[in-house]
Amino acid sequence: MPTTAPSAPPARALADVTASDSTLRRFLHGLPGVDAVGLEARAASLGTRSIKTTAKAYAIDLAISMVDLTTLEGADTPGKVRALGAKAVHPDPTDRTTPTTAAVCVYPDMVAVAKEAVAGSGVKVASVATAFPAGRAALDVKLADVRDAVAAGADEIDMVIDRGAFLAGKYMKVYDEIVAVKEACGTSARLKVIFETGELSTYDNIRRASWLGMLAGADFIKTSTGKVAVNATPANTLLMLEAVRDFRAQTGVQVGVKPAGGIRTSKDAIKFLVLVNETVGEDWLDNHWFRFGASSLLNDLLMQRQKLATGRYSGPDYVTVD
Amino acid sequence: MSDKTDKTEPRLSVFKTYKLYVGGKFPRSESGRVYEVTDSKGNWLANVPLSSRKDARDAVVAARKAFGAWSGATAYNRGQILYRVAEMLEGRREQFVREVADAEGLSKAKAAAVVDAAVDRWVWYAGWTDKIAQVVGGGNPVAGPFFNLSSPEPTGVVAVLAPQESSFLGLVSVIAPVIATGNTAVVIASEKSPLPALSLGEVLATSDLPGGVVNVLSGRTAEIAAPLAAHQDVNAIDLAGADEALAKELEIAAADNLKRVLRPQPVDFFATPGIDRMTAFLETKTVWHPTGSLGASGSSY
Repeated sequence: MPTTAPSAPPARALADVTASDSTLRRFLHGLPGVDAVGLEARAASLGTRSIKTTAKAYAIDLAISMVDLTTLEGADTPGKVRALGAKAVHPDPTDRTTPTTAAVCVYPDMVAVAKEAVAGSGVKVASVATAFPAGRAALDVKLADVRDAVAAGADEIDMVIDRGAFLAGKYMKVYDEIVAVKEACGTSARLKVIFETGELSTYDNIRRASWLGMLAGADFIKTSTGKVAVNATPANTLLMLEAVRDFRAQTGVQVGVKPAGGIRTSKDAIKFLVLVNETVGEDWLDNHWFRFGASSLLNDLLMQRQKLATGRYSGPDYVTVD
Repeated sequence: MSDKTDKTEPRLSVFKTYKLYVGGKFPRSESGRVYEVTDSKGNWLANVPLSSRKDARDAVVAARKAFGAWSGATAYNRGQILYRVAEMLEGRREQFVREVADAEGLSKAKAAAVVDAAVDRWVWYAGWTDKIAQVVGGGNPVAGPFFNLSSPEPTGVVAVLAPQESSFLGLVSVIAPVIATGNTAVVIASEKSPLPALSLGEVLATSDLPGGVVNVLSGRTAEIAAPLAAHQDVNAIDLAGADEALAKELEIAAADNLKRVLRPQPVDFFATPGIDRMTAFLETKTVWHPTGSLGASGSSY
């Protein structure tokens, strides 16, 4: 279980790193390069573990409890968000032993509706903010977006970084923005920082972005928005897990990880749980520190759960249509 | 150059690797298992995949995925595609004659007659795709001011236990009626003689038939059929290839989600089949539409 509070101040050990643009750049570029072949091979080999029977049942329930049930469509209506909230609270209405999901994840204007839908259940409401998904807006617009969501009652804020600035090498700008958003979150909301790994091009960039986000005070680092072609992959998630592990070793601060987008089957989800267990250990096997950003994944987890309970394969007729 | 030596050296045999046909692809069994298939005299023919229940599950997922597009295709289009299957089969006639002769211990002439009948069976069912609705659907006279119309709709994903003895004509005679009306199928090939069925998969893959509409599994019928009969996402099951004891067991499992069940029955596969195998896997949708005068004002449309 967590040994440090998630909102601990940036670690003293690395305090001078963020003193100026050049020290930050020197630090980030001084991080060891990523062995892409080794990383992918490691991620692939951990994906071959066979998880069966009781371990599988445990993994499925754990995965359900880690789902950030997400709807981020232009067509979201209050009715759809309420339905999603009901599903988060009772994922399988025919089996009340099913754990609740960790959170529902919606756009800021739907936070109030979502909050009402999950009231009293312990399910959190996460809201994307900062001009999601592109993140192309002025800083005060982004901050207003965040304050709106927090004021409406969001427990968690999923921000996107300015990939344009990051790729142009303006690390300090990205850093300052995260710090400002973190401040706007106040003490009530946890901050998830989305890197959009599919747009960062290289593994080295993902490692740098992970450290940058953690130095700036992220409570969670998150792979992607789910809106681009390449989303969470085992390899980029493994890389981020290594980053949070090393960050805690150096600073004592624990940071969560959230792969999002493209995880659709129980099999995939369990592979990610294996990555977590083998890389950062049991401390992260809890929905306070690890989440799945997903929507269709939950139905597959529920069908697998029904299969384990009844011994016969279930089908999409027996779970709710999102 | 080396022409002379080429003629004297014997060629190395190139054996065919028989594989499953699932979702338009040719996977091996997920379990990695195979079993030996012999001809009617006990001579080794090939090793074929010994499917597990997970292969069955994957096949159902593929069949479910294909159902929307296949059932939504026009009946005319389905007819064209089924006819195309017959055309492709005709082109590989020699191969099927050989496989059927080996599997069923028939002379070449008799095996050829079987293959011809199977090709003709595809053509026969291809013709039925856009005619079955006229035969089993239509307008119903009802005692009220309603226009009342019934139309047949495919049941969904159908598990098919292919006949054990008639490895090719019997196989075609149970697959074609299922897919002609817009169902998708998970087929368990004859346990003893699965080679014609696995080769049929190769024909289907090159016949414009969308992947997943027909999925062919080989292995122990009882082992694969049990999870299919209990599967909540399978809508119907054809027990043609089950013996009495197995059929009873599967029928009980199938009752759980009210699957349609076609019990095994003696069939002469050479005879013209009739439409029973098509209607067995059809649902009837009936629409009531008000007609004539409506309300006190006497307005009508």
